[in-house]
Amino acid sequence: MAGISGLDSARERWVRTGGIELCVAELGDTDRPTVLLVHGYPDSKEVWSEVATRLAEEFHVVLYDVRGHGRSTAPAPLRGGFTLEKLTDDFLAVADAVSPDRPVHLVGHDWGSVQSWEFATVPRTEGRIASFTSMSGPSLDHFGHWIKRRMTRPTPRRVGQLLGQGAKSWYVYMLHTPVLPELAWRGPLGKRWPKLLERMEKVTAGDYPTPSLPSDAAHGAWLYRDNVRARLGRPRPDAYAHAPVQLITPTGDAFLSERLYDDLGTWVPDLTRRTLPAKHWVPRTRPDQLSAWIAEFVRANDDAATKAPKPVAATAAKGGVKPAYAERFGGQLVLVTGAASGIGRATAFAFAEAGARVVAVDRDAEGAARTADMARLIGAPEAWGETVDVADEQAMEKLAAKVASEYGVVDVLVNNAGIGLTGSFFETSAEEWKRVLDVNLWGVIHGCRFFGAQMTARGQGGHIVNTASAAAFQPSRALPAYSTSKAAVLMLSECLRAELADQGIGVSAICPGIVNTNITATARFAGVTDAAEEKRRQQKASRLYGLRNYPPEKVADAILGAVLHDRAVVPVTPEARGAHFLSRLSPGALRALARWQPPA
Amino acid sequence: MASAVTGELSAELRGFREVQRLSYECAEAVAAQLKPGVTEREAARMQREWLYERGVRDWFHRPFAWFGDRTAFVDFKIPLQFFPTNRRLEAGMPFILDMAPVHKGYAADIGYSGCLGLNPLHDKLLADLEAHRELILREVRERRTLREIYEDVDRLMVRQGYANRHRAYPFGVIAHKIDRVKERRWAPTLFGFGTQSLKGLASDAVHGHRDGWSPLWSPYKFSDHPPKPGLWAVEPHLGFRGTGAKFEEILVVTDSRDPEQSAFWLDDDLPHVRRWNEGAV
Repeated sequence: MAGISGLDSARERWVRTGGIELCVAELGDTDRPTVLLVHGYPDSKEVWSEVATRLAEEFHVVLYDVRGHGRSTAPAPLRGGFTLEKLTDDFLAVADAVSPDRPVHLVGHDWGSVQSWEFATVPRTEGRIASFTSMSGPSLDHFGHWIKRRMTRPTPRRVGQLLGQGAKSWYVYMLHTPVLPELAWRGPLGKRWPKLLERMEKVTAGDYPTPSLPSDAAHGAWLYRDNVRARLGRPRPDAYAHAPVQLITPTGDAFLSERLYDDLGTWVPDLTRRTLPAKHWVPRTRPDQLSAWIAEFVRANDDAATKAPKPVAATAAKGGVKPAYAERFGGQLVLVTGAASGIGRATAFAFAEAGARVVAVDRDAEGAARTADMARLIGAPEAWGETVDVADEQAMEKLAAKVASEYGVVDVLVNNAGIGLTGSFFETSAEEWKRVLDVNLWGVIHGCRFFGAQMTARGQGGHIVNTASAAAFQPSRALPAYSTSKAAVLMLSECLRAELADQGIGVSAICPGIVNTNITATARFAGVTDAAEEKRRQQKASRLYGLRNYPPEKVADAILGAVLHDRAVVPVTPEARGAHFLSRLSPGALRALARWQPPA
Repeated sequence: MASAVTGELSAELRGFREVQRLSYECAEAVAAQLKPGVTEREAARMQREWLYERGVRDWFHRPFAWFGDRTAFVDFKIPLQFFPTNRRLEAGMPFILDMAPVHKGYAADIGYSGCLGLNPLHDKLLADLEAHRELILREVRERRTLREIYEDVDRLMVRQGYANRHRAYPFGVIAHKIDRVKERRWAPTLFGFGTQSLKGLASDAVHGHRDGWSPLWSPYKFSDHPPKPGLWAVEPHLGFRGTGAKFEEILVVTDSRDPEQSAFWLDDDLPHVRRWNEGAV
């Protein structure tokens, strides 16, 4: 992992164009495909330092300070010096200087993305761009059409979208006032900006922002003044992208609505969508995920001639995958415990279908390996089976170390492994209590401790899902030990959620209810010593669960949904929802139900 | 391969084997003609016409064809959904052809799984069916009850990570008895099933009900009996997230005391078996 964040090792050169000198930095092997990173407002190329160092291991990475920013010189006069036409001249000059023979892979953030949209949609750059990854910056032309479409036929929903984005664009109106923005940036705002970024956007201070910030921000105001009104008022009718586009949408962006990209399919023939639960400054807060997605996209689009055709078989087999899951989980590392059967296996498969890399963990080595094999067949780029008993602290610690070193830091952790135990409190032996708590509670604690620690150490978000149960809020005389363990898991999840919220790590507790899995076939029955009797009870329970026949696939879907929408507590089956509702509305009813003795 | 067709088959079994081979030939011939854009209805008609040209006039059931996620019976709620639709075949799509013709008084019931182009997942499903063919034969020879065998197949499927899709068939059967059918000049069908064959099945059901057995091999109590001698069309059907695969062929159960002779697959020279054997070499 790239620990050094600076661009100290970068080679520097100056590119002259239209009376401006642009400061260009290069990293990595020049024979590799060129990735050109364009920064936004108010930034300089240093915003990319984290991403650039990661990408430089595989690509020829080029960054430049946009005119008027960083160490590049500013046009004189400033007014009219920042039009998209002139920015396109700059881009072509840089691209010709650093990669004269091959098209470049363009990556833009914020205003870097806005101008890159111009590069990717005007005819004169055709053949110079191999791919374009856009984040947090729409095409002004597309934006103009987006507004027009909503103004001409204002349905309530469209008006809502207009007002929503209108409110998020407050700073654009401010920047159109004369002189004041410059004064603010060169004065108090420039001084407070790093602190503001840290507080509002969770961008940790360090070598960013650079000391040039006040002048970057003052000059950059002309980006807005020179282009926004002109383009939004008269958007180009032919702004079609001539390169494949990957759109990365941070879902917590305070300045841009996700709805802006709803019509993008009409402008971009080859569009890949990604979503990232993060705020606006993703190059600073999520460099690992960004560089992984950029690298994957660059590899896929590097040589148009040898570009692999998209696999047809896969799409036919997984016609049912929700696009939102594929956009969010593609390429992420997901670890599922208890993945050899039931909910765990279905969850591993659901993530695999969405394109995630999957680590399937279970006591049952064969089952875990089988899950990994099948996961690979249905869309996981990589999948591994690991054999561990989650109750074993040392084994879990070793697993965490192995996963971190061989596969990477886990993005989504699903603590799902659990065992069933039924029987009255006094029939349950101390040994049985211990085993249930060891697996159901300690297994979750170990998972959260070791893998959660890695997530927090990385500091780039993540998500933890713990499988609790409807028994966590539905008391029952038949399941004291199991319910206790699951109630603990539920509360653990809630506490952890509070603790990790600041770090962008979500925690969800899933409460499935009665689901048709083999938990019944392996469940223990306290007080039953006769093996035949135990088998009979297991079969009976399995038959009842089979009659209920709620498929684990639906629970898996609820888990993916919980991660996508960062839900805290998710009861899944109707009976679980009912119990959850009653537990808040009239707990007395649940207590009465708890006294019911199920027939043996 | 686990089977034991040793010695000469009786004339009757030869008759059944011939029509089963004819059916598989039909399946292979039709599968070879499938191309993108063909609908399920067209595929079913192709099977019907191919067999009609070769003298088939009556059916145990008329040919079915399932494409894409319909091979796994995704969202099947009512039996009418089994009938061929206008779903079109696309590259990479799995398909299943299922037909049960009656020829010269002998009936067969076969299922043929294929795929248009490469689909590694479908290959995996097909390969994993082999274990089921072995399991079923072994447990029938052990004279386990049909219900137990059904549950063991179910467990194996769960262990493999698949869903049991034969549960979607009428009565959830994994197999049903199949018998000779009287040849009549007029052979009407009822909901796709030949009336003559339905009559045979119904009479078996009535007799079986008195004696405690059933011609339907299901997960229910009425299948809680050891295998009944006769011919069983066995059809384990795997489903995995929108991809399904099955085979269907005749298992001969006799009252012989020799385990090898007490049960055997009617024919080991079938496309899916050849495929496994080639894979093993």
